Amino acid sequence: MEFAELIRTGQAQAELLRGPEEPPLRGTLCITGHHLMLSPGPQATPDLWLLLLRNVDSIEKRVAGDSGTITLRCKDLRVLQLDIEGVEATLDIARSIEALSSLESVITSFPFFYRPKGLRLGDAWHFHPPECYYKRVARETNAWRLSEANEDFSLCPSYPRAVIVPRAVDDSALARSARFRQGGRFPVLSYYHAPSGTVLLRAGQPLTGPQKRRCSEDEDLLRAVLAGARPGARGFIVDTRSPQAAKQARMTGGGTEAKAAYPGWKRLHRPLETGRPLQESFVRLVEACGDLEQSMDRWLNRLESCRWLSHVKETLSTACLAAQSMEQEGACVLVHGAEGTDSTLLITSLAQLILDPLSRTMAGFQELIEREWIQAGHPFQLRCAHSAFSHARPKHEAPTFLLFLDCVWQLGRQFPLSLEFGEGMLLALFDHAYASPFGTFLCNNEKERCLCEVRTRTHSLWSGLSQPKEQRKLRNPLYVPNPLAIWPSAEPQSLRLWQGDPPPPPWRSSRLCSASLPVLFLLRPVSARDPST
Amino acid sequence: MEHIRTTKVEQVKLLDRFSTSNKSLTGTLYLTATHLLFIDAHQKETWILHHHIASVEKLALTTSGCPLVIQCKNFRTVHFIVPRERDCHDIYNSLLQLSKQAKYEDLYAFSYNPKQNDAERLRGWELIDLAEEYKRMGVPNSNWQLSDANRDYKICETYPRELYVPRIASKPIIVGSSKFRSKGRFPVLSYYHQSKEAAICRCSQPLSGFSARCLEDEHLLQAISKANPANRYMYVMDTRPRHRVQSWWATQKDIGRIIVRISSKIWNDEKIRESDEKKRLNAMANRAAGKGYENEDNYSNIRFQFVGIENIHVMRSSLQKLLEVNGTKGLSVNDFYSGLESSGWLRHIKAVMDAAIFLAKAIEAESASVLVHCSDGWDRTSQVCSLGSLLLDPYYRTIRGFMVLIEKDWISFGHKFSERCGHLDGDPKEVSPVFTQFLECVWHLTEQFPQAFEFNEAFLLQIHEHIHSCQFGNFIGNCQKEREELKLKEKTYSLWPFLLDDQKKYLNPLYGSQSQKSAVLEPNTVSFNFKFWRNMYHQFDRTLHPRQSVFNIIMNMNEQNKQLEKDIKDLESQIKQRKNKQTDGILSKELLNSVRPESPALKATLSLKEQALLPVNDVLRTIEGSSPADNRYSEYADEFSKAEPAVVSLEYGVARMTC
Repeated sequence: MEFAELIRTGQAQAELLRGPEEPPLRGTLCITGHHLMLSPGPQATPDLWLLLLRNVDSIEKRVAGDSGTITLRCKDLRVLQLDIEGVEATLDIARSIEALSSLESVITSFPFFYRPKGLRLGDAWHFHPPECYYKRVARETNAWRLSEANEDFSLCPSYPRAVIVPRAVDDSALARSARFRQGGRFPVLSYYHAPSGTVLLRAGQPLTGPQKRRCSEDEDLLRAVLAGARPGARGFIVDTRSPQAAKQARMTGGGTEAKAAYPGWKRLHRPLETGRPLQESFVRLVEACGDLEQSMDRWLNRLESCRWLSHVKETLSTACLAAQSMEQEGACVLVHGAEGTDSTLLITSLAQLILDPLSRTMAGFQELIEREWIQAGHPFQLRCAHSAFSHARPKHEAPTFLLFLDCVWQLGRQFPLSLEFGEGMLLALFDHAYASPFGTFLCNNEKERCLCEVRTRTHSLWSGLSQPKEQRKLRNPLYVPNPLAIWPSAEPQSLRLWQGDPPPPPWRSSRLCSASLPVLFLLRPVSARDPST
Repeated sequence: MEHIRTTKVEQVKLLDRFSTSNKSLTGTLYLTATHLLFIDAHQKETWILHHHIASVEKLALTTSGCPLVIQCKNFRTVHFIVPRERDCHDIYNSLLQLSKQAKYEDLYAFSYNPKQNDAERLRGWELIDLAEEYKRMGVPNSNWQLSDANRDYKICETYPRELYVPRIASKPIIVGSSKFRSKGRFPVLSYYHQSKEAAICRCSQPLSGFSARCLEDEHLLQAISKANPANRYMYVMDTRPRHRVQSWWATQKDIGRIIVRISSKIWNDEKIRESDEKKRLNAMANRAAGKGYENEDNYSNIRFQFVGIENIHVMRSSLQKLLEVNGTKGLSVNDFYSGLESSGWLRHIKAVMDAAIFLAKAIEAESASVLVHCSDGWDRTSQVCSLGSLLLDPYYRTIRGFMVLIEKDWISFGHKFSERCGHLDGDPKEVSPVFTQFLECVWHLTEQFPQAFEFNEAFLLQIHEHIHSCQFGNFIGNCQKEREELKLKEKTYSLWPFLLDDQKKYLNPLYGSQSQKSAVLEPNTVSFNFKFWRNMYHQFDRTLHPRQSVFNIIMNMNEQNKQLEKDIKDLESQIKQRKNKQTDGILSKELLNSVRPESPALKATLSLKEQALLPVNDVLRTIEGSSPADNRYSEYADEFSKAEPAVVSLEYGVARMTC
């Protein structure tokens, strides 16, 4: 496909408004296959302003007289306004942006063309293979092995090539267990908690169906987990659906583990919203944040009714429950919801942050995201196709990853010294998950990434972030390694809305008198002249 | 003490306020003349000053004993279970008596003795000198002078003796104006902005009645306006909501119209409707008594501005609602926010802030003088004047400056601390968290301008603690005249020197960037910038707090930096000395000596580093106190068989009370 077909105009004169904090930018506007470019005249600052078209979430155009206005709402929640000379040019540019920003093909996306100076292709892609984490586990215990049964992704398309499973279970049993679990996601090790010798597992829901089918290999697998931990160990199955929802899933072939079939395991239901309700919550939150004039009552009312902070609270307390079961009770924990690719990962990754000091370091956090989100098969392509501004009917979109980042931010706020990375890192991850020049968040799972040759043809975000210039923005200058578990408070009084404040002044020169702006949450730069108000 | 029947009760249980599993600590309860003391099995002490007790409640007898719930004015809530009902009853009765004193002389301040001699005590009282403060602002000057009209409290009992008025305002004008103003509180200077030559003045509402006017009052306002050569007009800010004030003038029909305008949601609330009904009656009564606001036709070159801050009764019930909400066990996020909304607390805070911003802008941007009043001119007026000055003048954002501000706009101008804080057993309708709101506004400013304030949150909390503690004389009484009659300066101690002695605890390590330090603050009052002040309303609920403090670590780093910088200087000067000596021709034998590792300077640096780093470890250690058991992640806690060690620490902030 040729991008040229979609680009309807060469260039136009335009003025860009980026928010109340930044001065407007004037210059020549250009559209390329992947970018919107504004190059200021020679008299102004020589910086070229660039916007990745993939970042555009919604576009709104208005024409009046002989000029037009385009409002771009970005996936990273910026709102930009372009005042363009010429009606025809405005319409052409709007149409081009619309066409180019909604391209769905992965291999024509920008990461496949992005070749920055100073980075080599293939760098950092090998940083966090499953073998690497297995080595850590193997140092502590030999009850687990690295299985390559999924080498060709035949058992489970959303798992990586190699997964960690109990040593006592052979590959053929894994295959049968995979057939019993949704999406082939049989129980695998997510985290080994060395101090208590317990493990955190994740899986898809068992396909018991209305007949309450059983699978002896699956039962053996979970029995082997308990046996491997220590004699007499107990286990908790944290189901992220309500008991009713789990029961209802039987009608569509899913279900949940029968008590009798899994001795030693106890089921706990902690309902967490995913999918559509979560996306709607996100959209309503961002809507509420966009209104700067609303009264206090209206604001509190909208904050409450969007339920975003309820999701944060539920997520945090479920993660704490899982972590508490392991650390305090010495119990193994298996987490699953329905598919096991959303709320399941939310819980397993947060529980590790709480328990594992290593995952709170810069490198450890990257490893955690790589292992628990990217390789564990969170469908980034589907979930992050649109952000909060899109008018399109949501299909598979859900801000699950953002919810994770928000929970991490809450942890960081309660333990400001214990995370090596700062808010900058979380914001960067959010931006890159929705639109990025790097290939890390492309595709939905490892299988797709292999097909698209993402690893060989795009740059890894981790190598981009490891540059010294970037590192300074991402680190938490107050970090002191803390070997203990960090137990956050999940009471509503302890949670705060993530405003995305600029870092505290000592590390950034602050403007006179402008306080920490109203740049709420992700609404970092709010447009100065938002046409909707 | 005749009220104390039981001094010691053993086997008392202290419940965690938010625990769903009724976790508790067992210990011994002691009742002293001034404090209630609970010592648990770990020898942790919880001190509760009797004056801090807002309410004591004895709940229905349970199998484990008789529950006793104590709510404190500093937002501590404790829940005891006393094994025997008789003991509980005794303590209950004693506390009822002890927490509500009938006479000023029975307050703690009159018996509190921090082991200072008279000279020290007097020096403490002289620490803040308001005459000095007016001099700092630049008055008296060619336009403003000290008036002796109120020297013997003849004109206004609730004003201080020293008042500053426009030079051209003669005594008859002042007297005339004072007769026209409620409680005789005529317009006087509160803050003078030297470079803009503009003034913040304050007064009470005029008694203008139906059509009465007062020429002297009009003259006095003219004089204030003329005292500012930079601007022809001045503002009169009425801090009350316009519809409330107008209703005093409106006929029944008009009132009906105004009430329709109140949003239907509020209107549907049965309680508010009732109270509104009452207010309407009040307004009619007020109107008959001839109270109201200035008739604009009679005053020239004056711009009237209404800002809607609600009255003390609305504020009291708002706080009540807020406390009810956040005291709920197992609160959900939705209940919390809908409770926060329906309490209206943050809306009121925003209203106060907006008023202060209007005031500061009028002075800063328009160089216009502003006269602020509400009804009596000692609640909302104090809030707005003091916050406005705080925005304008960086001096008030220092530790000492903040003390001066409180001393000036609150204490000396007659904010009724004793009535508003309920120091004595008086009218509960006079109690209102007006000063707490002021502190909360300041806290919001510190959140928005982290570098602009010399003090930190702990300073605000400590002041809040002491407006209720009655441990020091500063906040006892309702006006200066009353304080003089009580001979507070002879019989009690001042709080300020004690706070200054502990200054280190209250320093904001981020203070000091020139830009924020010297500027006029322009806070952003978009609704989402206002947050629930957890550290105030959950001061003693340690489990709700962040487990690590950034402030501590930055303080340590600062200390360390300072020392290292000093060391650099020392070493540099040594190098210089050596160089000089060398040029003087002295041979390098000594130089060799100084390079030896036991150089004193180096040694000092090393040991200092260790010292400075130690507190970091302390910070770390405190995390151990954070246990999952404290956090109530689930109702499933019972599913876990093991009993967890109960770690409820209520020690925070107790020692401070008794310092």
